[in-house]
Amino acid sequence: MPLDAAGVHARLTARFGDAVGAPAGTGRDAALTVVPERIAEVCTLLRDDPDLAFDCLSNLSGVDYPKAGHIQVVYHLFSYRHRHWIVLKVNANRDDPVVPTVSTVWSHANWEEREVFDLLGVRFTGHPDLRRLLMPEDWPGHPLRKDFVEPEEYHGIATSRESLLKA
Amino acid sequence: MGLAGFEVEIQRQQNGGGVVTEDMTLNMGPQHPSTHGVLRFVVRADGEVMKSAIPDIGYLHRSIEKIAEKVGWHGFLPYTDRVDYVAAMFCNHGWCMAAEKLAGLEVPKRAEYCRVIADELCRLHSHLLSVGTMAMDIGAFTPFTHAIREREYLNDLFEELCGARLTFHYMRIGGVGWDLPPGFDEKVTAFLDRFEPMVEEYNRLISYNKIFTERLANVAVISAAEAIDYHLVGPNLRGSGVRYDVRRDDPYSVYPELDFEIPVGRGEVGTLGDSFDRYIVRMDEMKQSCRIIRQALRQIPKGPVIAKVPRNFKPPAGDTYVRLESARGDMGWYVVSDGTAFPHRCKIRTGSFTGISIIEKVSRDLMIADLVAVIASLDLVAPEIDR
Repeated sequence: MPLDAAGVHARLTARFGDAVGAPAGTGRDAALTVVPERIAEVCTLLRDDPDLAFDCLSNLSGVDYPKAGHIQVVYHLFSYRHRHWIVLKVNANRDDPVVPTVSTVWSHANWEEREVFDLLGVRFTGHPDLRRLLMPEDWPGHPLRKDFVEPEEYHGIATSRESLLKA
Repeated sequence: MGLAGFEVEIQRQQNGGGVVTEDMTLNMGPQHPSTHGVLRFVVRADGEVMKSAIPDIGYLHRSIEKIAEKVGWHGFLPYTDRVDYVAAMFCNHGWCMAAEKLAGLEVPKRAEYCRVIADELCRLHSHLLSVGTMAMDIGAFTPFTHAIREREYLNDLFEELCGARLTFHYMRIGGVGWDLPPGFDEKVTAFLDRFEPMVEEYNRLISYNKIFTERLANVAVISAAEAIDYHLVGPNLRGSGVRYDVRRDDPYSVYPELDFEIPVGRGEVGTLGDSFDRYIVRMDEMKQSCRIIRQALRQIPKGPVIAKVPRNFKPPAGDTYVRLESARGDMGWYVVSDGTAFPHRCKIRTGSFTGISIIEKVSRDLMIADLVAVIASLDLVAPEIDR
């Protein structure tokens, strides 16, 4: 039977207590905030509990919130069996973001976590192959961070040029 | 992107007879006709048999997600065309859906029908390129020319609809840019009348050709559980026998009012979930798309094609995740608004991204020539992987 966010939350608090926050948001975008250290265990339970059966990680994204001082990793989970959804959010410290990997739970997470590592600099502990995915390996910094400043050149190639329309 | 982890190491093995063999590391790409864009595979091969094929991506990374944070809600629409330029309509649609959901905008009925017609024409457009290049990659050139010929008619229709042949920028937040031009429905119907028998002709020409099926049957079999674990979507998922389509199972726009079927792989010439199943699902889907377009043209109501949307568009703070069925399958848009004129974050999860990540797993112990068939059967479009 499909569960809503409150139903999933009730199941998770029975096992994890305060580590899982109450649902915030409406409808399918209602999200539970999970403490970083427990995310892998929470995800394993979400996948393996037959009433939850979240067999599909639909999306994994990283969002930078400089004012709040954290980088948020957002997990959109879906169950093909029960056709229900849950969103999990993990807030990692912006200065040293470390989150346990969920690539052991869903294979899809492997590349998504590499992308978040590459573009936002989150280290996923336990990840089997945490290398940059899109940017060159010697690229300085993480481009999707809000305070990222593009370098003026990369190996002698200019990254910008003067506008041709300038008077 | 880069060479780390791919250092050439020669492994010498000695077999019983004292013969020394060496593994060979080969680069396939970044420029290679069958990679459909710029992407690279590092292949370690023992003779003709691959021990591994590791994808290396990022050559087409244009930071589209970063651009979204800089150009504003309306301004980002033309950029979405470039996310997947083979199926640009869906990217337009995804962005509009996310923005409309955040702002609580109601889209006029006629605009939704225009969107569905444009989407399904675009699906034909994309699938034709996919099956055509697939035949060509495997060595049959003629089917490619047939597919491209039909695609040209579609290009003309798109040009009439929105002035562009590839990067359409047809949809707008709140509706579509233009109503259907006069006489468009007759032209589309004439195209469909011509095209539907063409699918059968194409099937006779190539789909059940002995050489073609032998090249695809039992190659890179993906089970339903694996497909879900890697989050394969669209025809790749349905090729493994999972009957799931966002249009029917998580409906959006006016799809609930339209009647269509969802073809899945049947293991016709080999095992369920092999490369042929992924191919034939696309052929079957084209027929369903024709069916959808015919119904939509019949049912389209009169009325406005765009809602009233402020020029200075500022959706309230919040985040949302929307999905739609693109030509490559379930495409996810996670969009965060902070209440300003610029999106805070836009994450695009595409079908090609998840499709390519399974290659390392399925390519083991295949022949090098089969890698081409696997890439084509997963319908990977490089710009959509890198964004």
